[in-house]
This record gives sequence, C-alpha cells and structure tokens, in this order.
Amino acid sequence: MSARDEILSNIRRSLRVNGAEGPRRAAVEARLSGSPRGVVPARGQLDAKERIGLFKKMAESAFASVAIVQRPGEVPAEAARWLRDNNLPAALRMGEDKRLADMPWGDTALELAQGASDGRDLNAVSHAFAGVAESGTLIMTSGPDNPSTLNFLPDNHIVVLSGADLAGDYESVFERLREAYGKGVMPRTVNMITGPSRSADIAQTMLLGAHGPRKLHIVIVDAA
Amino acid sequence: MHLTKDQVEGDFRRVHTHLPKDRDLTEPTQLLTEARGILREKFLAADIGVTGANFLVAETGTSIIVTNEGNGDLTQILPKCHIVIASIEKITPTLEDVSQLLRVLARSATGQEMSVYTTLSTGPRRPGDLDGPEEYHVVLLDNGRSSMIGTDFQHMLRCIRCGACMNHCPVYHAVGGHAYGWVYPGPMGAVLTPSLIGVEKGGQLPNASTFCGRCESVCPMRIPLPGMMRHWREREFERHLTPSSMRYGLGLWAWVAQRPKLYRLGTRIVMHVMGYYARKTGKFYAMPFASGWTDWRDLPAPQGKTFQSEWKKRRGAK
Ligand code: SF4
Repeated sequence: MSARDEILSNIRRSLRVNGAEGPRRAAVEARLSGSPRGVVPARGQLDAKERIGLFKKMAESAFASVAIVQRPGEVPAEAARWLRDNNLPAALRMGEDKRLADMPWGDTALELAQGASDGRDLNAVSHAFAGVAESGTLIMTSGPDNPSTLNFLPDNHIVVLSGADLAGDYESVFERLREAYGKGVMPRTVNMITGPSRSADIAQTMLLGAHGPRKLHIVIVDAA
Repeated sequence: MHLTKDQVEGDFRRVHTHLPKDRDLTEPTQLLTEARGILREKFLAADIGVTGANFLVAETGTSIIVTNEGNGDLTQILPKCHIVIASIEKITPTLEDVSQLLRVLARSATGQEMSVYTTLSTGPRRPGDLDGPEEYHVVLLDNGRSSMIGTDFQHMLRCIRCGACMNHCPVYHAVGGHAYGWVYPGPMGAVLTPSLIGVEKGGQLPNASTFCGRCESVCPMRIPLPGMMRHWREREFERHLTPSSMRYGLGLWAWVAQRPKLYRLGTRIVMHVMGYYARKTGKFYAMPFASGWTDWRDLPAPQGKTFQSEWKKRRGAK
C-alpha cells in the first residue's frame, strides 16, 4: 500500500466512510465546480469611483504610495516624477507587457531595460492583473509580460493598475482569473501584494524593505 | 525574534567576517540592510528552495505562502527547484474558501488587513517564462493528522497558525516560546503537541494553563482550546501518567478540604510555622519537597496568618 492510500484509508476509517458514498462525492463535486462564495465584507462593494478611493486609502495605510492619472500616456511622466522626487536613479526594468510598451517612455529621460531581474536593478515597473479595493491589494500574474522577479528583487517597484481592473473583493478577482485562464487553471505564480516588504523581527520595530522592495508606488489609470 | 538587538549585532559581527569590522550596526535598519544583503546572495546561489504552505487549494492544485518580508518568495522564485512540504489539513476546497481564511489570517496575526505577500504557486515555469523554478514538487505529510479526525482534538485541524491565541495568552507572555519545548508554542501548542508526540511527553503543556479562556475568545477559527486542554488533563489522569506524589498529594488535599475545621486548623499551623521561619527575609531560598521551585527562584513566605482569619478580622472591623 502506498503512503497515499494509507493516509486516505486512515482518514476514511476515522470518518467511518468508504469513500464511494454517492452523496459525499456529489457534495465534493458541487463544492469544487460551483465554488460558492462565503461571507464577503460589505466594505468593498462600492461603485467604480468609490472603489478607487477605498483602494488608495487601504494601499496608503499599508505604506504604498498611490497616484491617479487619466490616460495611459501619462504613466511614464508620473513614473519619472516619482523616481526624481525620491532621489532614485532614472532607470527602469520592465517585462514585455503590451500595455506598458505602448506608453510614451521616449518622452522621458528614463533608461529602460527589458526582461527578468537578476537582483541588480534598483527600479522596476509592472502592470497589475487586477487590484482589490477591500485591502489595497495588487494582483500580479507571472509570465514574460510581467516577470515575477520584478515584484521582489528591485529596491523600488512601480505598479500600473487600470481602474477598470479594480475589484471590490478577492472573490471577484478569482472569478476573473477563471475567465482568463480557464476553470481550475492558474498562472504559474499569482502574487497578491499589499504594500512594500517589511519585517518586525529585530527589536519588534516595523521596518520597510526586508527581502522585497523598500518602496511601492501604484499608478492607477482612471479613464472615467 | 527572541534575540535582542545587541545579540543580533554580536551574531552578525561573529559570522559576517568578510564585512568591514568598523561598520555601524547600532540601528535596527542597519541590521536589516545587512541581513537583506547577505541573504540575497544566498537566495541567488541556491539550487533548491524549500517552503511550507499556509494553504493548499484542491480546485487548482495551488500552494500558498503568506509573508510580510518576501523571504518565502525569493526562496521559491530564484532556485531551479521549488519543494513545498505541507501537512494534509492545509488543503482547502476552492479559491473562495481560501479568500475567507486569508481575511482572518493577517487580522488575527498582526492586525494587518492583509499580509504584504500572499503568493499562489501552481506548477513549474511555463513556456516563455523568464523566471520561476523549473521543477515544482509538493510533499503532503500526514504526521498524525489523519488519526486526529473523529477524536476530541479534531477541532485543532482547523488551526491556521495565526498566533492570536499566543499573543493573548498570559502564560505565553510570562514564559516565552522556547519554554514549550517543541514546534508549536502557546495554547495552540499546548493542545497540538500532546496529539503529535504523545501525552506521555507533552502532558505538562495542557497543565500549564490558568484556563482564563482568552485564547478561545480570540481564535478566528473558533477552536475550543481550554476544553481540549481539559481533555488532555483528564486523559493524563485516567492513564495514571501524573506522578504518584501529585496524585496522592491531591487526594490528601481533597480529603482535608472536605473537612473545614481540620482545614482551618491545618492551614493555621502551617502558615504560622512558615511565617516564623522566614520572619527576617520574607522568603525561602530552599524548601524540602519544593526544590523544583526554590532551585530557580525564591518562594515568597506567608506572613503568618491565613486568608480566612484575615478576612474575618477585616470584616469584623467594619
Ligand atoms: S488555535 Fe486559533 S488563535 Fe491559535 S493559532 Fe490556531 S487559529 Fe490562531
């Protein structure tokens, strides 16, 4: 008997079932295929405009900074401004994301690099898959468009979020992931990011910049 | 977490000998920056990254880790191979179920709305990916969990290790995590440890509780912790695992306590004698049958009167 069979038969013995009961199988099937929602907080259930306001408030209370621009074309200038205001080098690494590539980076003096990070870049920019207003959380999906190393290795991370991709709660984002990738299929990595990296392990003092970015700047493109 | 800032500085200076000796490490930020730099090199050089999992999702075959630092992410994103080791009770049915648990985890652990990094990993690097591990293995561990089903301790399988029960436990505050002697500290450890290593070895833990009930009242998973500690005490007693001196001692105490006159006389004599012997210092440095206490700390001496006689006197004076 394999270890797997042993564990399963142990569980069945403890539950006094044999594993073949129709109603039990149906309950599991219904849960997995229907994926019913549990209690969803009312906090995030707002209209589009208010959702952006809540997202900003929650992300800022997690020590991210947030800027709102009206058109994708304004993102490069905002990124350059933020780097300058924080005395950071005018260099940025990004993936192959089409939405980012279409922005007028040539209008800025930023030096651009493409691809995954090897840990030596100071700044990176990524495009989020979605955002969650409830807690100010960014949802990042892996792939050549937005390599996951950009979320962690650079010291400073700029994330562009389209206002239309901002959901009220996690459940709505998971539903969108199912639509985009198929039921039961996920991208290799989904990073849910709420503020910059931190640690309170030394002297119980909260410090930003433990292993991930020290600074996180979110640029929301709100076309409405 | 259990070391002071100065101890951390001492350890860093001892081990990181390739860095300049006269560097300034007085501030926590300087310590953190040094740790970040040193560990970053280790993450970049590693071939295999091993993580646990806070949750596993049956619907998608996903493993999830939750951190504030990002250490778990570097562990899984940089090495060629990512190995996840998780026990079977971490499995949840769907992403919706995980959403519910994520909401209560950070709030109960640190009071954050959400931990900084919640990472969902599903399989190895995909075609076209520029980063991520080439191999991804998940090892599911039973480690005693399947035999907890159907017992008094089944509730414990719901535990999400948020730590709220420890953060609110007066005993944990007084003795600290290392005193629990095994992986899981606090009230959650006091229940779980005897299930996993046996009540013969872990039986002291459920006894070290005041039963104040704070752990149960803050537990987001509504785990009846004091009730389960009581179950352990009962089992320990039924199986005659408590030392005979304690059994007979308790028996004797119960016999005396049921006879109020005898009890009052007895306590009066003992308090009087103890108060007399310690009248100068007010404490005992050594005491027969109590070396387990007095070897480590002084025993405060009674002042010579019993509680009942003081009570009577003060009430009478009113
Ligand atoms: S027992 Fe409850 S409060 Fe304690 S760690 Fe587990 S889930 Fe959290």
